[in-house]
Amino acid sequence: MKRTALALISAAAMLAFAAPAAEAQTPKRGGTFTFAISAETPNYDCHGSDTYATLHFSAPFYSTLLKFNLDKYPEVTGDLAESWTVAPGLLTYTFKLHRNVAFHDGSPLTSADVKATYDRLRDPPAGVVSTRKATFADIDRIETPDPYTVVFKMKAVNAAMLEHFASPWNCIYSAKRLAEDANFPKTNVMGTGPFIFTEHVKGSHVAGKRNDKYFRQGLPYLDGFKGVFMLQAAAMLNAFQGGQVLAEFRSVSPAERDRLVQAMGDKVRIEESSWTLNLLVVFNVEKKPFDDVRVRRALNLAIDRWGGSQGLSRTSTLRSVGGVIRPGSPYATPEAELVKLPGFGKDINAARAEARRLLREAGVPNLSFTLHNRNLAQPYTPGGIYLVDQWRQIGVTAEHKQFETSPYLAAMSSGNFEVAIDFSNLFMDEPSLGLAKYVSFDKAPQNLSHAIDRELDSLFDKQVRELDMKKRIDLIKAFEKRLFDQAYQVPLLWWHRIVPTNKVVMGWKMSPSHNLGQDLAEVWLNQ
Amino acid sequence: MAVATPAVAEAASRTRNPVLAFGRAQPLGAVSLVAIVAMMFGGIFAELVAPYDPLAIDFGSMLAGPSIEHWFGTDAFGRDILSRVIYGARTALVIGFTSSFIGSTAGAIVGTASAYFGGRLDSVIQRFVDILLSFPIIVLALVVVAVLGRTLVLGIDVNLIFAIAVPILPKVARVVRAAALSVRAMPYIDAARAAGYSHLRIIVRHMAPNLVAPYIIMLTAYIAQAILLEASLSFLGLGVTEPTPAWGLMLSGNASDFFREAPWMILFPGIAISVAVFAFNLFGDAMRDWLDPKFKL
Repeated sequence: MKRTALALISAAAMLAFAAPAAEAQTPKRGGTFTFAISAETPNYDCHGSDTYATLHFSAPFYSTLLKFNLDKYPEVTGDLAESWTVAPGLLTYTFKLHRNVAFHDGSPLTSADVKATYDRLRDPPAGVVSTRKATFADIDRIETPDPYTVVFKMKAVNAAMLEHFASPWNCIYSAKRLAEDANFPKTNVMGTGPFIFTEHVKGSHVAGKRNDKYFRQGLPYLDGFKGVFMLQAAAMLNAFQGGQVLAEFRSVSPAERDRLVQAMGDKVRIEESSWTLNLLVVFNVEKKPFDDVRVRRALNLAIDRWGGSQGLSRTSTLRSVGGVIRPGSPYATPEAELVKLPGFGKDINAARAEARRLLREAGVPNLSFTLHNRNLAQPYTPGGIYLVDQWRQIGVTAEHKQFETSPYLAAMSSGNFEVAIDFSNLFMDEPSLGLAKYVSFDKAPQNLSHAIDRELDSLFDKQVRELDMKKRIDLIKAFEKRLFDQAYQVPLLWWHRIVPTNKVVMGWKMSPSHNLGQDLAEVWLNQ
Repeated sequence: MAVATPAVAEAASRTRNPVLAFGRAQPLGAVSLVAIVAMMFGGIFAELVAPYDPLAIDFGSMLAGPSIEHWFGTDAFGRDILSRVIYGARTALVIGFTSSFIGSTAGAIVGTASAYFGGRLDSVIQRFVDILLSFPIIVLALVVVAVLGRTLVLGIDVNLIFAIAVPILPKVARVVRAAALSVRAMPYIDAARAAGYSHLRIIVRHMAPNLVAPYIIMLTAYIAQAILLEASLSFLGLGVTEPTPAWGLMLSGNASDFFREAPWMILFPGIAISVAVFAFNLFGDAMRDWLDPKFKL
């Protein structure tokens, strides 16, 4: 009897705790969700951008063919594609589209729009930049047998093609609008996403309202959203604490996380993950003396990544030492092998002695140059401060210049810099994505070093085609060795993602990439 | 026949020494002068005075409190704050002096020309000065920085200097014009005109010497404003960039993340700014009292 009573009390207690939780998981409709974006996009075009500033702005307005299932990352799931098949041999991908999809101007989405979008991605017309050109170079042709079927015929096998189709950067544009003006998406927002663009007030915010004709029934839950540009971390933290913004989806630093938790207690939700994002040091090989491999190698050797990782991880979002693939992923070079690569050894004194010798040999023992950097506090500023100090220790003077996102990106893409801090902003660990940034500039415009290296291109192509994982890993290691020997662009440190959300924000899913899950379709406010 | 005794001679000599005379007449000004000289000494000889390299990162000493090794503690990169404050004096003084000199000199030229030529030119210049004066000093500097961007020369942002100089210009122009108007009304200026001297000669040889006092007073007073403005712009991320040691910059960035755990990160740069601004303001006031005959009545 006593045992039964205890069981009943326990069950009642469990229900009492469980009931609000279950209730909290039932999405509520309505409300405007306001979140912070710590940079403002230079334009609206997903295809030519590599910065989250564009995606956090544009993603709610667009759909993609496939997307990542964040409950089972890195599995992919359909977005505009209702279903798909992959032919044996991996040379044909057939997608069936949802039939009830309309653009925000009311026109129906058809296979022609998907074809026009992917043609723009793989072979951009003159005046259009697609930083996914190398990624989709394997597409031979795109067929549209009917308005709701798209067939991609491949020139060669690409082991990760489905994941590439799920890239959040492949915003589907209207074929009609692209035919009128290939650069239409750069200055206009018109997609099929869960929200309709209402306004962009430069220097202030972007806003969208619910797309009542969104093809997924019942979504989105929100009436609208407002992304507020907050370049100053202190302002963002104050706004977050005051409830003026409810989330910051990129990341905050460890100190900022601690401040929010201390100030807000259980009103803030903190989610952390390793991050498919690293800082790179890029040497512009078209500028002297960075056309000399000895100079690049010396500057790479001078960086103590292991020491930097220990110190910087305490105060910034920089954390792990790694090669071109995120540390810990199946394709990443393990530490025991990484330390044998130039710039990754643990004997920093020996490396710096070698660096000084190389600079003397190159005739620039007292080298000085400008380090071009972005003015985002995390982690660009600490990264810049650290590099200046590291190079100072081999007698090199780097003048640190920081710029807002637009001028920073403009100078980077025009090659108007000597040495810069760049980033490899990935959304998955797939090597065909991670390595694409290092392919020759004429194949991959996102390679900002402007280097042309056919050996790297060849290794890249081989690893993309290789279906045997062990052989593929060997090819990736060979790629890394060549890359770090030549040091056109080298990783500094990989980032650690810390996302704060107010606990009223529900339905948003954490992932290792800040590029994913930003369409806000399933986000709702529990208030 | 009067014979000077050694004591009288010494007193006369002391009185003839302008620095000592200034010290006796303006003791607060003398104290501020000592602080300014100390700052200048620290800034000029920072390599000799500072205990550490201000850029040297030492993660082993991150956020360390004041100690024998680090008198002012360290920041989030383990950099010695005392060394950064000393080197920061160089940044503050270079930008403060240069921008105040450029702004005050340009203002003096504009003010003198406006007063001397008078008429329509004076009206046009003064309306332009009115427009510039209608903007708060920080807003005007922000606009100039935003429009010009950054141009680094020897590690110093020349556009920042220009941005700070611009708001100083109208204020000095207005004051110098007032002084120049009274000088222009003097008979010797009419005499010089009657003698057929050129405008340039009249302005440079006969007016300018009488405008030196207000010019020096304004120049000194606006150094403090310029230092404060540089610190404000750097704090807002529009001035000097990391890792250059600069007081305003030391108050922003990581300092705002760690000021609770490491209050020394903001305390010492804040004190440095306050002392510098206070010293230059006091010195400017003392100079005004010292040079302006009206205050000697």
